Amino acid sequence: MSILINKDTKIITQGITGKTGQFHTEKCIEYANGKNCFVAGVNPKKAGESIFDVPIFASVKEAKAQTGATVSVIYVPPAGAADAIWEACEADLDLAICITEGIPVRDMLVVRNKMKQKEAKGGKKTLLLGPNCPGLITPDEVKIGIMPGHIHRKGRIGVVSRSGTLTYEAVAQLTEIGLGQSSAVGIGGDPINGLKHIDIMQAFNDDPDTDAVIMIGEIGGPDEADAARWCKENMKKPIVGFIAGVTAPAGKRMGHAGALISGGADTADAKLAIMEECGFKVTRNPSEMAKLLKAML
Amino acid sequence: MKIHEYQGKEILRKFGVATPRGVPCFSVDEAVKAAEQLGGKIWVVKAQIHAGGRGKGGGVKLAKSLDEVRAHATAILGMQLKTHQTGPEGQKVRRLLIEDGADIQKEYYVAALTDRATQKVAIMASSEGGMDIEEVAHSTPEKIIKVFVDPLVGLTDAQAQELADGIGVPAASQAQAIDTFKKLYTCYMETDASLAEINPLILEGNGNIKALDAKFNFDANALYRQQEIVAYRDLDEEDADEIEASKFDLAYISLDGNIGCLVNGAGLAMATMDTIKLFGAEPANFLDVGGGATTEKVTEAFKIMLKNTKVKGILVNIFGGIMKCDTIANGVVTAARETHLAVPLVVRMKGTNEDLGKQILAESGLPIITADTMAEAATKIVAAVK
Repeated sequence: MSILINKDTKIITQGITGKTGQFHTEKCIEYANGKNCFVAGVNPKKAGESIFDVPIFASVKEAKAQTGATVSVIYVPPAGAADAIWEACEADLDLAICITEGIPVRDMLVVRNKMKQKEAKGGKKTLLLGPNCPGLITPDEVKIGIMPGHIHRKGRIGVVSRSGTLTYEAVAQLTEIGLGQSSAVGIGGDPINGLKHIDIMQAFNDDPDTDAVIMIGEIGGPDEADAARWCKENMKKPIVGFIAGVTAPAGKRMGHAGALISGGADTADAKLAIMEECGFKVTRNPSEMAKLLKAML
Repeated sequence: MKIHEYQGKEILRKFGVATPRGVPCFSVDEAVKAAEQLGGKIWVVKAQIHAGGRGKGGGVKLAKSLDEVRAHATAILGMQLKTHQTGPEGQKVRRLLIEDGADIQKEYYVAALTDRATQKVAIMASSEGGMDIEEVAHSTPEKIIKVFVDPLVGLTDAQAQELADGIGVPAASQAQAIDTFKKLYTCYMETDASLAEINPLILEGNGNIKALDAKFNFDANALYRQQEIVAYRDLDEEDADEIEASKFDLAYISLDGNIGCLVNGAGLAMATMDTIKLFGAEPANFLDVGGGATTEKVTEAFKIMLKNTKVKGILVNIFGGIMKCDTIANGVVTAARETHLAVPLVVRMKGTNEDLGKQILAESGLPIITADTMAEAATKIVAAVK
């Protein structure tokens, strides 16, 4: 078991013919069961063709109908990415993973509200991971996104983070120390996104193959505090927590669109305090995340 | 991206929000001429810098004659205006706004911003205008009224009414206030703003509602489709090194410490800064070289970091994924040679082609210190600069 995806997941790649889409699709196909998982690509102008032996369809709806895929990964450039997310949602997929960085916030606001409206009217709920995220991986089964596959190792620790390379950091530490990962999930660095820390923590809590979790956050927004409060009441597994940005000045966007301190609750110190209060083992030293976790098992 | 008050008011007027009449000026003579053109008996001379708190810092003055306009303009133009947002060295005033004096009966506050928790647009209003809103939120939170707008619906009449009632707009002026709130919302959405704040929004003696100030911030991701907004950019108000970095697609922010750091990924870059502090020093900058770093990019990054004379050492922390460690190692070696690097350099590399990268560093003959973990790297650079 794992969360959200496994070796049997069938995946559509939106933006498969672009430079980024091609590069990463090839890597994903090479990883573990990727060859059987990546079953379709979408590009209205290249329908009927194929790339890496993956057939290209004109729309997500058609790709789903022809292949039975339930998940899509999106590499479409920023100006069209929100429409691509909506297309995945209209096709009633289970999960859309948006890698694209730089989508205008207004576009994300509109598409998120459209998705919620569809659900409220009784339509199927499509989960969204990202945007501006590395994607997610279940080691030795399937990798969907841009993370380097070789640093992962199958194990029983969940990893969730807003940052790409900081996720890799935690993953590499776990691999080095011999623990490995059940799934590693990047939820992305944008202010308006889909799945949040709290959703991923719930999934790890319910996953019988996850024993403990490393939760990594950063400055800006209420997500980590919301997740911590939920964990205090519900989480049955040990958690190590780290928040990046103790040294970040207020009012400056630190690379990620969502990494901005605009009020007291946005600071790393405030988030670390809440996480500690809620029973997390927090650290201010990101080099010892895996070591701390091992000591708790 | 931020803009000046006078530019913000131009935008507001375009969307139908009333503001006082005003003219932007770049010299004292222009300021006097502007006051003459505007006519009347009272003018306001306002410093135009991107930071808030201008009034308290002495950057906003009332003038009751053209001589006073000249005197205030002379004093303000060119001054180093210090506010709680500029830092201790202040910001040089290069532009003025000369405006009609207003008959202020009451000051309100209104702002539009994106609410991350609800994923809607929050319109926030208060009866306590003219003050720092963080202060109001802290001491009298009940005086802040918030409504959350679904972008698929827009600001409804009922929500606009709730705001007007909530902040106590008198009956005779409510229609104007509601109209202003709706136009502010439209303006916020159509310009891809991330903040549109009017503080104060005033009630005049004749019952009219006007925006006496305008503060905007725009979503950097949307600037490609907002050419009119991009034209408002004032590079004098931005950090020169940050502008230089952005030309090479590097995310750079200067800080106060003495350890320069070069990292790939925003989260890892912050974590590296934090680790430097944890081991006893302060970072000199935030620098994310991004996913596609090349030798040229790394060299530019070194040049920008080294422009800061406070930098006494550099820490490079790379997690190789798509980006290979050997590529970065070559970039680091070239950059160190090209910049004739004279400060200690610690490099920590992990991930794809890690061994190859380490070999390149070792064979370069340069005095590069290597480390296996972030903690070790921070310990070594802190020791090296002491």
